[in-house]
Amino acid sequence: MNTFKLLKTISLLWILATASISAKPALDKEEHPPQKDLKAEIKAYINHHLQDSYDFSLYSYTDEQGKHIYKGFPLPVILWDNGLKVFASAKFHHGETLAEVDGNYYKLYHGKIYKTDADGSIEYDAHHHPVNEKPLDFSLTKNVVFILLVALLMFFMFSKMARNYQKNPLPTGIGRLLEPIILYIRDDIAIPNIGEKKYKRYMSYLLTVFFFVWIINLLGLTPLGVNVTNNIAVTLALALMTYVITTFSGNKDYWKHIFWMPGVPWPMKIILAPIELLGTFIKPFSLMIRLYANITAGHVVLMSIIGLMFIFKNWIGSPLSFGLAFALSLLELLVAALQAYIFTMLSALYFGSAVEEHDHH
Amino acid sequence: MTIPNIVGAGLIVIGAGLGIGKIGGSAMDAIARQPEASGKIQTAMLIAAALIEGIGFAALFAA
Repeated sequence: MNTFKLLKTISLLWILATASISAKPALDKEEHPPQKDLKAEIKAYINHHLQDSYDFSLYSYTDEQGKHIYKGFPLPVILWDNGLKVFASAKFHHGETLAEVDGNYYKLYHGKIYKTDADGSIEYDAHHHPVNEKPLDFSLTKNVVFILLVALLMFFMFSKMARNYQKNPLPTGIGRLLEPIILYIRDDIAIPNIGEKKYKRYMSYLLTVFFFVWIINLLGLTPLGVNVTNNIAVTLALALMTYVITTFSGNKDYWKHIFWMPGVPWPMKIILAPIELLGTFIKPFSLMIRLYANITAGHVVLMSIIGLMFIFKNWIGSPLSFGLAFALSLLELLVAALQAYIFTMLSALYFGSAVEEHDHH
Repeated sequence: MTIPNIVGAGLIVIGAGLGIGKIGGSAMDAIARQPEASGKIQTAMLIAAALIEGIGFAALFAA
């Protein structure tokens, strides 16, 4: 027992000693670090992560010969430019070369595809925006691929669940996990906000939007670099669906409360009408901004904390960065579910206000 | 990022933080008084917090 203790102490001391020795050169190096360059590099990396891309890259590095090595696989680029042009995004070589298709040249410039001449020259206007022609772009980018993947996953998962319920009223398999969530959405989100009578019409949308946002947010926390909900176009589409459903299911009372608010004196009615009308647009707008900003902020903070490791470059930095990143990942796990919940909840609230029946005033 | 932007962002965060903090605190008080209504209080709390957060983010984008 005593020898074991002694061994333990010695090994601990040895680990400490080697750790402090190996930390020393790093500390010496820190006196003249290329700080500015590194910070810019981390910033560029984060910005790159927040953007959609034409290929699915897991990671990239520069080898000893100074050559950029990319690990990942290309995705199809689909352009409409006087006819359909389909080619793999590998042709761009990550923006380093031009892609030549049927005698047309395309250049990847700041994440967008421009049509160029054979030299790949790009012309700019006064504000340094490229003026080259942009072909219509239907490419399967990283975001599109993951949206389709999640859609397929949800389709198979839920149709299998539905088939199981026809055979057996008890949930089986994944249903055991999902049934309480679905019941929660029905009993605590849809029924209290929309009402007993009309909630059934909206259940399919509420469930779809909840699981879509949740699964895609969770995928964003994996190291695959998925970032679908930090794309404002995606959240715009989701919010637009809520807006369209609210607008088209609005009954007489809903419109009356917008344009001619009952129960207030008539000068107030005139003032309230534009405000209420504006409110109908602000509601989905805030849905869009909330989801987008929450997920973007989470990813930026998480990646900046991981970037701390490269800025400190000593034995404090890595454990600090790891601990913070771990804690923040747990928080993000909560945020992923919370944002899906809030989106569903507020959608249900808006639908409820659209179909609500008022007795009288 | 210029200095007015950074100060503005800081002010927004202070405001939103105070607002959400007050909502959270009041919800805690309410749950302590009526533990049986905690579910409803939580829902109302989350909605109010989400609305403030939405305004906060909109302002952050403007800043």
